[in-house]
Amino acid sequence: MPLYRDEAVVLRTHKLGEADRIVTLLSREHGKIRAVAKGVRRTSSRFGARLEPFMVVDAQFYEGRSLDIVQQAETLGAYGGDIVGDYASYTAANAMVETADRLTDDGNSLQQYLLLVGALRSLARREHPAGLTLDSYLLRSLAIAGWAPSFGDCAVTGAPGPHSAFVVQLGGVVADAVAPPGSPRLDAATLALLGALLSGDWPVAEAADERTRSQATGVIAAYAQFHLERGLRSLEHVERAGGPR
Amino acid sequence: MYEGIVQELIDELGRLPGIGPKSAQRIAFHIVQTQSFDVTRLADILREVRDKVRFCSICGNVSEQETCSICRDPRRSPATICVVEEAKDVVAIERTREFRGLYHVLGGAISPIDGIGPDDLRIRELVQRLADGTVTEVIIATDPNLEGEATATYLTRLLVQPGLRVTRLASGLPVGGDLEYADEVTLGRAFEGRRLVES
Repeated sequence: MPLYRDEAVVLRTHKLGEADRIVTLLSREHGKIRAVAKGVRRTSSRFGARLEPFMVVDAQFYEGRSLDIVQQAETLGAYGGDIVGDYASYTAANAMVETADRLTDDGNSLQQYLLLVGALRSLARREHPAGLTLDSYLLRSLAIAGWAPSFGDCAVTGAPGPHSAFVVQLGGVVADAVAPPGSPRLDAATLALLGALLSGDWPVAEAADERTRSQATGVIAAYAQFHLERGLRSLEHVERAGGPR
Repeated sequence: MYEGIVQELIDELGRLPGIGPKSAQRIAFHIVQTQSFDVTRLADILREVRDKVRFCSICGNVSEQETCSICRDPRRSPATICVVEEAKDVVAIERTREFRGLYHVLGGAISPIDGIGPDDLRIRELVQRLADGTVTEVIIATDPNLEGEATATYLTRLLVQPGLRVTRLASGLPVGGDLEYADEVTLGRAFEGRRLVES
C-alpha cells in the first residue's frame, strides 16, 4: 500500500466540503505535503485538534493522485495553544508559516523544517520578543533558501566592511563605489542588530532599542518581499511593540 | 461536455461552494429529468432571497428587515452579547435554548495568512455597542480552532474594561464520546476548564 509516515509541522488549512480540510504541512523528509484530513471539522473528530496550524505531528499519509490523505496523526509539539494566547506571537507565527509555505516545495526541506519548528517552539515558550523571533526567522529561512544577506562585507565586490549602503536588489550592504545613487544608509547599530538576528546572537539582538528594531524590521521585510517576489499577506498584520505594522 | 443550456446549468451549479463537477451534473439531471420538481418555485425563492435578505444593522445577522428578529425581541436581555463568527453560528446557539441575550456576528475570524485582520471584521461595531454601558457581559463564542482562539485573545484584550465581564465558551469533551479517544489538546482543555461538583 502507498503509505508513508513523517514528522511534519502544519502550515495552514483550508475547508473542504462538509467536514474535511486540506492541510498543508512541511515535513522532515518529504518536503511540503498537501493532504486531505477527513471529518476533522466535526467535534467528534479524533485528530482534528492535532492538525491545526503550528502543530508538530508524527503523521501517516496515504498517497493519493493529487492530494494525499492523512490517516493518523500523533502530537509531537502542541505549540498552537501557547502561541495563540499572545496576539503578537500569533501574527508572527502566521508570517513564519506563510514564508515557509512560499520557500518550500515537495523536495527535501530538512533545514527549513528544523528552523520553523525551532522558531515556533521559541514563540510558544516566549523565549524572545515575538517580533525579533520573526525577523530572525525571516533572515535565516532566506539564507537557507540561498538568499543570505550580507551585513558586513560588500555583497558585490566582497570588499571588507563596514559599509552603510544597503541595497536589497544587490543582496545586502555594498561599498560606496558600487552603491547606486540614493541607496538607503543604515547606521552601525541597525547593521549590528541585523547581523545578530542572522546569526542568532540574542543578547545583542535584545539589547537593541525600539528605533533600531523598527529600522531592522523594515529592512528585513523589504528584503524578504523582494526575494519572495509576491508580498507576504500576513506581514502587514504582524503586531509589533506599539501596534500592528 | 453536454449540449448548450444543460452544460451552462452544470457550470453555474458547479460555481456554488461545496458543489463539485459530479454533484453539479447530478443536480442538473435531477432538474431536467424529474417532472415533479418545481423549478419555478426554486427560481422565485432564489430571486426573493437576493432581493429581501440583508444583514441586521445592529448585530450583522441575516434578516429580512433593517434589524433581525432577535434584536427586535423585547424579551431578550440587552445586558449580554454573544459574539460569533458567522450567522449560522447564531442558529446553532439558538438551538440550545440556553441563551436569551443578543448576538454580534463578526463576519469571520482573524487570519493574517488569508489577509484577514481585525479591521476586516465587525469589531468596531461591537465596541460601539458596548459604549453606553447597557451590556454587562460579552460571551466570546468564536470557533474552537486556531483562528477562533486568536480572535478571542484579541477581543479579550480589547474589551477589558470596568463593569464588563468577558467570558469564553467552555471547550472540552463532546457529549456521548469515549475519554480514551479524546486527543490530548481537547482533553487538556477539559482539564483546564474543570468545574467544582456541588456536594
